[in-house]
Amino acid sequence: MPRSTQGFDLTDLQIPPLEHIAVTDASIGILKESISPKKMAFKRFMHHHAAVVCTVVLAFIVVFVALAPITTRYGVNESIFKAEAGIPNQNLAPRAAAWFGTDANGRDLYSRMIYGAQISLLIGLFTAIVSVALGTLVGAYAGLKGGKIDDVLMRVTDIFLALPLLVVLVIVRGALKNVDWVVAIMGDPGSVRFLVILLSVIGWMGVARLVRGQVKQLKEREFIEAARAVGASTTRIMFRHLLPNAVGQIMVALTFAIVGAITAEATLSFFGFGPDAGSGLTSLGLLIRDSKKAVPPGYWWLVVYPCGLLILISLCINFIGDGLRDAVDPKMLQDS
Amino acid sequence: MFRFILRRVLWMIPTLLLLTFVVYCALRLATNPLASYARSNPRIAKQPEKMQQYIETNGLWDGFGGYVRGYFHWLRGFLTGNWQPSIKGSRPVWPNLKQALINTVRLGIVASMVAIPIGLAFGVFAALKPGKLRDSAVNTGALIGFSVQPFISAVLLQLTFAVLWSKWFGSPLLPTSGMYPPGHEGFDPVLMLKYMTLPIIVVSIQTIAAYSRYMRASLLDVLSSDYLRTAKSKGISDRRVLIRHALRNALVPIVTLAALDVGSIVGGLIITEAIFEYPGMGKFFLTASANGDFPELMPWMVIVTTSVIVFNLLADLSYAALDPRIRLD
Amino acid sequence: MTTVPALSIRDLNVTFKTLLGQVQAVRGVSLDVAPGEVLGVVGESGSGKSVSFLAVMGLLPKSARITGSAVVAETELIGASNKTMRKARGAKIAMIFQDPLSALNPVQRVGHQIVEMIQAHQSVSKADAMSRAVELLDIVGIPQPKDRARQYAHEFSGGMRQRVMIAMAIANDPLMLIADEPTTALDVTVQAQILEVLERIRRDLGTAVVLITHDLGVVARIADRVQVMYAGRIVERSEVVALFEHPTHPYTQGLMQSLPGPTRERLHPIPGAPPNMLRPPSGCAFAARCPHSIPACSLEIPELRPIRGSESACIRAEELQEVLS
Ligand SMILES: Nc1ncnc2c1ncn2[C@@H]1O[C@H](COP(=O)(O)OP(=O)(O)OP(=O)(O)O)[C@@H](O)[C@H]1O
Ligand SMILES: [Mg+2]
Repeated sequence: MPRSTQGFDLTDLQIPPLEHIAVTDASIGILKESISPKKMAFKRFMHHHAAVVCTVVLAFIVVFVALAPITTRYGVNESIFKAEAGIPNQNLAPRAAAWFGTDANGRDLYSRMIYGAQISLLIGLFTAIVSVALGTLVGAYAGLKGGKIDDVLMRVTDIFLALPLLVVLVIVRGALKNVDWVVAIMGDPGSVRFLVILLSVIGWMGVARLVRGQVKQLKEREFIEAARAVGASTTRIMFRHLLPNAVGQIMVALTFAIVGAITAEATLSFFGFGPDAGSGLTSLGLLIRDSKKAVPPGYWWLVVYPCGLLILISLCINFIGDGLRDAVDPKMLQDS
Repeated sequence: MFRFILRRVLWMIPTLLLLTFVVYCALRLATNPLASYARSNPRIAKQPEKMQQYIETNGLWDGFGGYVRGYFHWLRGFLTGNWQPSIKGSRPVWPNLKQALINTVRLGIVASMVAIPIGLAFGVFAALKPGKLRDSAVNTGALIGFSVQPFISAVLLQLTFAVLWSKWFGSPLLPTSGMYPPGHEGFDPVLMLKYMTLPIIVVSIQTIAAYSRYMRASLLDVLSSDYLRTAKSKGISDRRVLIRHALRNALVPIVTLAALDVGSIVGGLIITEAIFEYPGMGKFFLTASANGDFPELMPWMVIVTTSVIVFNLLADLSYAALDPRIRLD
Repeated sequence: MTTVPALSIRDLNVTFKTLLGQVQAVRGVSLDVAPGEVLGVVGESGSGKSVSFLAVMGLLPKSARITGSAVVAETELIGASNKTMRKARGAKIAMIFQDPLSALNPVQRVGHQIVEMIQAHQSVSKADAMSRAVELLDIVGIPQPKDRARQYAHEFSGGMRQRVMIAMAIANDPLMLIADEPTTALDVTVQAQILEVLERIRRDLGTAVVLITHDLGVVARIADRVQVMYAGRIVERSEVVALFEHPTHPYTQGLMQSLPGPTRERLHPIPGAPPNMLRPPSGCAFAARCPHSIPACSLEIPELRPIRGSESACIRAEELQEVLS
């Protein structure tokens, strides 16, 4: 129910930095001389042990998933035991032939989880990149220009972010898929491309607000005023001065956008608004949709493993984002 | 103050008009009410003049001009209480919507009253020893909470407390769907609370996680402020410093956030309600959108957006009431 | 000085634990402030002025390690129990800060904040405390104190806010008032008024004042003695007139030349930067920037010693007498 539960809304997570090591403003004087901000940020990231562990775990998962045909044992839609007909292969509990058991169609859950994670991570990554790119441009522009553009941006995003994410996604999805030229661009409503664009259409807003805030802060600083004084254009100031300085924050936004997108995909798929299961692919959301059906008969493996994997991936990315945010503490940025 | 409220309330009218117009267009596009109607009434669909009549009585004209006309047609009906009946089953919309609203608000309020104080307590607990074990523990717990999306926790809880529990101990510990057992009549708070337990847990996980972080951040901010140093330099007791100065000031932004969150309860419990078959607004929305039922969805959206906007105003007012620096005019 | 000092600090050391190591913010500071005396404390940013006195007040974060001794009215404050500390703070020793706006609680009426200070140390009724608070606001020169007591900090001007802070600080008639750059955030005319208030308090109430500042002009106006700090140590201490006429430490001279004054048009900032306090130099901390330094300067940390009625921590103080004045 808090607005941050709805995946995408980064603004809620943007609470003042969580500084828990005794490096205070007062000591910056010293730190500044002896160590570069980038190194300092790295050092603080390494100090966040959980974030470091999660980076390693996530890297492991990513490599494992990227090597899909090697690391999997069966195809996405391949059922096990097909050669020896007559042996039942549906809803089998975990065993040597299927480490995580099989689903209602006799397919190997372990392999499907890897394929599912692949799609989910890809959706997360692409959506995050598109929304962060879009959000950064809009946010930086609005923050720099101020005035009407800024007001309108804030108003519009205010309302969109306040409405329940699932409702917005369902309605926007419904509206877009009924407009022919949109479908021509976005692809079939059941495709991954459609989903990525849909999520980006909503996802840029949180990023834009975040970047806008950051830019407004940076704008007050001397080097920007200096650039303005020598007559640099808005675009130039934006790309040469503002964005490089906001890069830490943008990285943080990117991280949270990835979890947001993965979660949003899972939620949509769970309610049947996701990519098309028939098209020979699966995602973590689709797997968890199957979990729901596995609850009443008590096929626990179909519930526990996919849910566990989604939790693990979200948790890792959340921790990395947390560590990054601590590392690029805006308080530090302000004073350095 | 009064003038501020008046102005804001007056501003809400154009905002709502614009917003409902956008929603109207989006919903018309998304649900295609005419097609839904044809699907639900295959016999009428074969009679063009009856279909034309449906278009005229419900303002379902096409094209941008048609949408604008249709919007005002809908608005007049909505404001005068002449709501269109639902497409599926042709029932009046309001009685069901009202019941759904009551059920959701009930669930949301109980969950908030349980979860927000717990979250705040965790936040305070962590902020008092920043960087120490308890702080990392709360932080880790909050991030785990964020990572366990409601549909995951719901499925896992159902599996554990209903299915596996009855396998191990013979009968399920807690009911997993609905608000009462099937066929139950009347109001029974104890029974209802039993049915609400799992949904409340699901909603609470994320709420606790969020509020523990809000509170921790807000309190740390105050604890490092100059005026807190002044308060300490006065020689008053630590308890007084903490309660009168630190907590009092740290709660100001939290109250505002809570007001915003309460405003989004109405449309925000969809996932939980859907999984637990809880007869609330979320369930209403999902059923209506599955049927492409425009006459049900439109008032639903009006209620949800109005709630968001009204609580936005309340959040501003609460901020002004708690912080004398904020001037409303 | 035969009287018991209002504040007596001996060998105060403060280090902070940070991610990069130990920051040695204060390294062996000793001083006495006589009752009713105004001691000016000057030095560059980061020289440990604030930290020294925040340590005395027990207001440093937990990452600070403090050793040494600080006695106010026979009460040892360093390492004191919570209770002792609470009894001393606000009653025997009070402090005001640079930015009065952020130092006042934004959501409490100022009168109430003063009342809280009074009731922390005197058992009086709320009404009595309030009339005393109004009286205090009057003493520090706030017009219509009765109405003003009901207002919030943001409704005051900068100078008025600092007056409120002073009113609060003197509410319990402390022996010792620490003023950490009380005028830095204010414009010049207001600065003068605040200094006047401090002066009057010292005169009428006999409160000793430690005035931390960057502004030698402020020191010249109101201080009796001045102490110059550099890299966590006191490098020179003397009567205010003596300091301006013949400084006994090259750093003091550099400091005076780097600040705007009535006689000089051109400023000569001291070249170089203060040392890294994670690894302070083994000898005189100023040696690296000092125009008069010799190899012997870097051998060991020079102690403060008397010279010509002042105290100096320069090993060449005698030789340099001519050059410095
Ligand atoms: N909480 C802290 N953690 C780490 N280092 C600190 C902390 N507080 C102060 N320091 C360091 O202690 C040293 C002394 O700081 P202090 O605030 O006393 O300087 P100052 O002389 O008051 O300077 P200014 O004139 O700027 O107020 C500085 O080098 C500062 O970096
Ligand atoms: Mg200072």
